[in-house]
Amino acid sequence: MANDNYLLEVKDLKKYFKVKAGTLHAVDGISFGVKKGETLGLVGESGCGKSTAGRAIIRLHEPTAGDVIFEGKSTLHYKGQDKKRMRQEMQIVFQDPYSSLNPRLNTFQLISDPLKVNKEVLGGESIENRVKTAMELVGLEQRLVDSYPHELDGGRRQRIGIARALALQPKFVVLDEPVSALDVSIQAQILNLLQKLQKDIGLTYLFIAHNLSVVKHISDRIAVMYLGHIVELTDYKTIFARPQHPYTQALLSAIPIPKVGLKRERIILEGDVPSPVNPKPGCCFAGRCPYAQGPCLESMPPLVEKEPGHFVACHFVQESADGIKLPAEITGKSPRKVAI
Amino acid sequence: MEQSKRKKRFRRLGDVWHRLRKNKLAMVGLVIIVILIFTAIFADYLAPYPYDEMHLLNTFETPSKEFIFGTDNFGQDIFSRVIYGARISLRIGFISVSIALIIGVTIGAICGYFGGKVDILLMRVIDIFQAIPDILMAIAIIASLGPGLSNLMIAVGVAAIPGYARIVRASVLSLRDMEFIEAARASGSSSARIILKHILPNCLAPIIVQATLGFAYAILNAAGMSFIGLGLEPPTPEWGAMLSSGRAYIRDYPHMTLFPGLVIVLTIFALNVLGDGLRDALDPKLKR
Repeated sequence: MANDNYLLEVKDLKKYFKVKAGTLHAVDGISFGVKKGETLGLVGESGCGKSTAGRAIIRLHEPTAGDVIFEGKSTLHYKGQDKKRMRQEMQIVFQDPYSSLNPRLNTFQLISDPLKVNKEVLGGESIENRVKTAMELVGLEQRLVDSYPHELDGGRRQRIGIARALALQPKFVVLDEPVSALDVSIQAQILNLLQKLQKDIGLTYLFIAHNLSVVKHISDRIAVMYLGHIVELTDYKTIFARPQHPYTQALLSAIPIPKVGLKRERIILEGDVPSPVNPKPGCCFAGRCPYAQGPCLESMPPLVEKEPGHFVACHFVQESADGIKLPAEITGKSPRKVAI
Repeated sequence: MEQSKRKKRFRRLGDVWHRLRKNKLAMVGLVIIVILIFTAIFADYLAPYPYDEMHLLNTFETPSKEFIFGTDNFGQDIFSRVIYGARISLRIGFISVSIALIIGVTIGAICGYFGGKVDILLMRVIDIFQAIPDILMAIAIIASLGPGLSNLMIAVGVAAIPGYARIVRASVLSLRDMEFIEAARASGSSSARIILKHILPNCLAPIIVQATLGFAYAILNAAGMSFIGLGLEPPTPEWGAMLSSGRAYIRDYPHMTLFPGLVIVLTIFALNVLGDGLRDALDPKLKR
């Protein structure tokens, strides 16, 4: 997967937590690259480790193993000043604009806080100016400069969160479900703002979400996560048109389509998501996969490029003379489907 | 730029003052505290008699024109003693609360924020301290340091540390995992900065309540020390000591306990309402 035009490369990143019952494999060896100026969507259901992955990349959680390469340099061994510089380049926007803003600080204090910690980024510019610019950038009216978070609505609060992240002029921003706590009407505003910012100042995003239509709207490429692993990674068109991993297929078949009289079938997965504590060997999806057999129970398949730009982690997605063969064709089994 | 920053800070303090001023009860408290402090400073001019002058012909005198609050068993003027007592009692209250506050909040914040082994170790030490009754703890400290006003304040202050440490630790624990703390970390803030700027301002409310109540405990604890002879020597005017020496005569001469008791109540009432007002004024959520 080595590629020179990646701004950020994640290599076999692992984050384990020690819990009473054993080791929780929150992120269990994920690898991907994010190109400069693109948005990589990271989707998965709750608890699959996508937020942990985002936080491990910018080292809010120290990764257990693996490497994160930013602009060609490994960031994981950074300490002191280097780490601080890395923080300026990589920022994060949080999910909940209610708990991500200190209730005791007003808009100015919130946005200026990162600037006060990193005075060197100012380069002679005054903090007031920088805050003003950041507020303009995210469309916050200047009159709100003295307002406290509890006086503002969710959309404005999230704009403060974005302004705070952008005040340091980072190159890479982790967006950790930035719209899922907002009203639908405001979701659209914030998504458009994020896209506009990306176009105007050339930001690179890792967009974490569980809402597939939101991810489709904003992402260039999409990675699907399941139980700490990335199971499929490709551009947003291909993943919706030709999903190859059985989990992705099931996930996409669950998206509601608002069209009267449309007949569709939804793939039903048996059982529940297994516990990430002390996982069994074998494919992470084996317990619920309708096609699982033989090798699936022995080893986790690596994420392999099955066709150009389309990475899948499945033993039964294979290349052949007449294109890619999917698990259904190879194993001859079919999943349980229900008409919806 | 430096000037505008100072102006901004000034304006924020002005905001707090503005909100505090609207709270009438808090202003009453503030006035009482200011009067008490002035009384302590100008005791020499305000008191009609020296605090240790004995009017042996006028012992157990009830309040009269000559002795406004009456006299005690040695014929000392209670009014003068209450005035001089403000010096000592207020000092004991403020200093021992400050000792407990500074050490307790530091320990609590460190334990709550860092967790892990540091937390376990420090909290077990706090447990040991807490297992010993406050008064025994203070006795032990005074016994080892020797009697005297400053040792008394240290003893009373140290005995109160566990309460602050526990309260602060609990508040810090509930704040530690908030996303705004992670946001501060993501922007490269040091742990010290996060604790001072983002965590402690958000647990001011329980700290202020504990400190105002602690002030009363400190005065009474100091009195208890005086009572068992480890505090201040008898002629020294101290409200708690006056209270406990008057206790023996409470049935026949209640004025001996009444007046020092009243000033203690007044001080604590004033501190409580001022503390509550300050807490509300500092909380931007209650701004109207």
